[in-house]
Amino acid sequence: MVKKKDITNGLPDPSELMEEIIAKYPPKIAKKRKKALVANNPDEGPEIQANVRTIPGIITQRGCTYAGCKGVVLGPTRDIINLVHGPIGCSFYAWLTRRNQTKPAEGEDNFMTYAFSTDMQDENIVFGGEAKLKDAIREAYAIFQPKAIGIFSTCPVGLIGDDVHSVARDMKAELGINIFGFSCEGYRGVSQSAGHHIANNGVFTHVVGNNDRPREGKFQVNLLGEYNIGGDAFELERLFEEAGITLLSTFSGNSTIKSMEYSHTADLNMVMCHRSINYIAEMMEEKYGIPWIKVNFIGAESTAKSLKKCAEYFDDDELTAKVDAIIARETTKVEAIKAKVKPKTEGKLAMMFVGGSRAHHYQDLFRELGVTTVSAGYEFAHRDDYEGRHVIPNIKIDADTRNIEDLTVTKDEELYRGDLAEKKKALLEKGYRFSDYDGMMPEMNKNALVVDDVNHWETEKLIEFYKPDVFCAGIKEKYVVQKYGVPLKQLHSYDYGGPYAGFEGAINFYVEMERMLGTDIWKLVDAPWKHEPEIVGSFAINE
Amino acid sequence: MLLRHTTDKVVERKALTVNPAKTCQPVGAMYAALGIHGCLPHSHGSQGCCSYHRSALTRHYKEPVMAATSSFTEGSSVFGGQSNLMQAITNIFTIYEPEIIAVHSTCLSETIGDDLGQIVNKARTDDKVPEGKHVIHAATPSYVGSHVTGYANMLEGIVKYFANNTDELINQINLLAGWVEPSDMRELKRLMKLMKVRNVLLPDTSDVLDTPMNGHYEMYPKGGTTIPEMASMGNSLHTIGLGEWATKLAAIKLDNQCKVNFTIEDLPIGLKATDRFIQALSRVASVSVPDSINDERGRLVDVITDMHQYLYGKRVALWGDPDQLIPLTEFLVDMDMKPVYIVSGTPGKQFDKRMKALLEDKVPEAKYKNGANADMFLMHQWIKEEPVDLLIGNTYGKYIARDENIPFVRMGFPILDRIGHSYFPTIGYMGGIRILEKILSVVMERQDTNCPEEAFELTM
Repeated sequence: MVKKKDITNGLPDPSELMEEIIAKYPPKIAKKRKKALVANNPDEGPEIQANVRTIPGIITQRGCTYAGCKGVVLGPTRDIINLVHGPIGCSFYAWLTRRNQTKPAEGEDNFMTYAFSTDMQDENIVFGGEAKLKDAIREAYAIFQPKAIGIFSTCPVGLIGDDVHSVARDMKAELGINIFGFSCEGYRGVSQSAGHHIANNGVFTHVVGNNDRPREGKFQVNLLGEYNIGGDAFELERLFEEAGITLLSTFSGNSTIKSMEYSHTADLNMVMCHRSINYIAEMMEEKYGIPWIKVNFIGAESTAKSLKKCAEYFDDDELTAKVDAIIARETTKVEAIKAKVKPKTEGKLAMMFVGGSRAHHYQDLFRELGVTTVSAGYEFAHRDDYEGRHVIPNIKIDADTRNIEDLTVTKDEELYRGDLAEKKKALLEKGYRFSDYDGMMPEMNKNALVVDDVNHWETEKLIEFYKPDVFCAGIKEKYVVQKYGVPLKQLHSYDYGGPYAGFEGAINFYVEMERMLGTDIWKLVDAPWKHEPEIVGSFAINE
Repeated sequence: MLLRHTTDKVVERKALTVNPAKTCQPVGAMYAALGIHGCLPHSHGSQGCCSYHRSALTRHYKEPVMAATSSFTEGSSVFGGQSNLMQAITNIFTIYEPEIIAVHSTCLSETIGDDLGQIVNKARTDDKVPEGKHVIHAATPSYVGSHVTGYANMLEGIVKYFANNTDELINQINLLAGWVEPSDMRELKRLMKLMKVRNVLLPDTSDVLDTPMNGHYEMYPKGGTTIPEMASMGNSLHTIGLGEWATKLAAIKLDNQCKVNFTIEDLPIGLKATDRFIQALSRVASVSVPDSINDERGRLVDVITDMHQYLYGKRVALWGDPDQLIPLTEFLVDMDMKPVYIVSGTPGKQFDKRMKALLEDKVPEAKYKNGANADMFLMHQWIKEEPVDLLIGNTYGKYIARDENIPFVRMGFPILDRIGHSYFPTIGYMGGIRILEKILSVVMERQDTNCPEEAFELTM
């Protein structure tokens, strides 16, 4: 076994590794992949290629637009029926496989344990599936009486020309509940990301603003881009409630359709997963004047910072005092566990390749444990998630993404919150930051290797080069990486543990790292006789 | 309640499927292709399918599952995916160096009408396929049949590309395995060895999806049916296909292409189906049944007779794939259990006929349905109308088991929340004992938990 990289004098220059990776590729592919592999330099802010089409046959980890739309954004809302229009697979594979927890009260609707599909057959491909879709909606309404129905298009739907939007309009008129469609066919865009955008547009158009309920509570916020994996949102709900902050709506962990309908009455939007939900944050500000800030509740220090940032926005002595008290109390608990765990984790190396947000957020948690992230990347994030939002004006929209609609949003003259716009202006002058996200790369070490849309070959080479102590990725990578003798922590499903957000989450994560980085099980991989001379016996049993 | 909206009132549905008892074709093709040595499955569609199918298999096996994809974009969806597949073939052979690329399609490439055979041919004539390497294909439209159909289609594709009759009769039989676990493949090979029957097992996922941890990752593990083995299938004495849904297409293909006669047997699950399998082997290979197998059979019957009181009259609901459900139903009936509700999302007319034959005398009250709208929602509604004592099926049954407080045995695909299926067989007489052990464990556990203290038994 090669010894782990010595990083006491900084991270090693990865250019040799990068060349070795590229050398295997056919020339055209080499040229493309070169731009997606970047040795980080936080002072210079290098450019990375992201959100471009996947190279066929490269063994990507990416999924599709449908997954980004139905699986990620709408899936966690418990009281609407998500009806998948397509053959059975798309519905089956998104059935309970993301761990969006939800806690309905007794008697409340919860459809998350169900998978709904039109189960298209060949005759629906030939003659069109609109009639079957309409019947499926009628049947779903008759049996389940849902408050709303979302229709999700899969690959063949766009090709055969089924118009889910007109079906939605017709059925909305017929049944009198909110019904809306999404053109989230799997082939649109280049990854899950297009599905996020399509979902944002649909939810903003058909749901947000449908319920002008009167103000409740003094400090009203929405949490955008938090999907309650393993109970993350529950932990954050606990903190907000204690601080006296009213969490109107979470997009979309532990959410209901109603909470989204009145989300436009909030005073502040807090964005957790920038990639999946920044569209709604921007549109809500344009239409309703609600400012947004980037927050991060992964890591105890980040959680404290984000809570403080929220309190600063409201600038209320009582709130500030409460938040400070919560932070002080929780930090004591966190520090006690950290003191126990950190000596065992200090100096270890991590790498992480996760969707579009966690590869950045979790670096904070690792930093708290003295673990260095040597390499990281996203499956489907855009350049702004890597380099920061300041690069947005320079991002070229290529042919594969051009057809994903950008909604034109105008000010709602009646509901626009001029007072919030004023507040934002005043706070900006004091140096408070709105609508901003620095991205992952400025916070990573010099020479850290940043890889977009990492593939299997690159994963192999990375492991060989860095010999990391822990690799963070998803289920498809997990057992591949572990066969090399390197533990893998799933940062999509949390390996069925969690929560990892907030203070309680930080404690859970510390303990999990103590387990993963401290176990001796990996040393038992070789049988003891492998290290002894082979014995040739003379008492062999004849067959 | 996890499934709080499921009521006992069965409303006729013709368009809406809720909680399906099937998934789509390509995952079956992917699984079958993994049973060939040195093979990389390839999904010709947009990449979401491939990710989902890999994830489903890897969650089931807790093992690496490799596959590549054509990664369609909107452009290729309109103008055809030929260039995507050609590029993929070049990239795969250059970077990942498999012996074989096994391409399957999706609803996307099937709807736009990509002709996989033509593209694969073009790749060959354009020299995109290196010397000694292979690209094979199967059409697997997701809007026809189910995952089992996809398995059957890929098996047929494999036979089509590799089986070759060179007029040299080989004293061996072809065994086409239905969709069973690596553990079952291993058990099939063990039984063949005991029977002393030379054979080619296709596909064979043992040593592929149950690999040991040794500190090294092998992209192409040592298991899988090899190219020479597959080629030799055209010269075999006979073919036995295990499970009509999964293997009949390939058996017919072998007959048409290489004139190898075939018989289709049920998957050897339980007593009688295993008996028929052993008899068929004995007949076509002209071998006698060894004592060791007689002993195994006797052990299974021994356990059933010993434990009959805990099985008699127990009402069972089961769901899954027809090839498994038919012999399993027969096994349950043989043990005097009552399989009262049976659903499979996989269509096929034989299902009704076989179930009727198995159930009409002994369990006349049984309800069974397969194909359109035969889903787990319907089965749950039946259970609510009149309860059962036991559930047997894939992991999705755990929601019903918890809500209705019913003992639950996991069998079928996918099992996402327990291990064992890839290591311990459920086929053959030994597999029968294992099924029995699992059933008895949950039934007896229930008695231990629920009986009054004065009736709590030390010996059972």
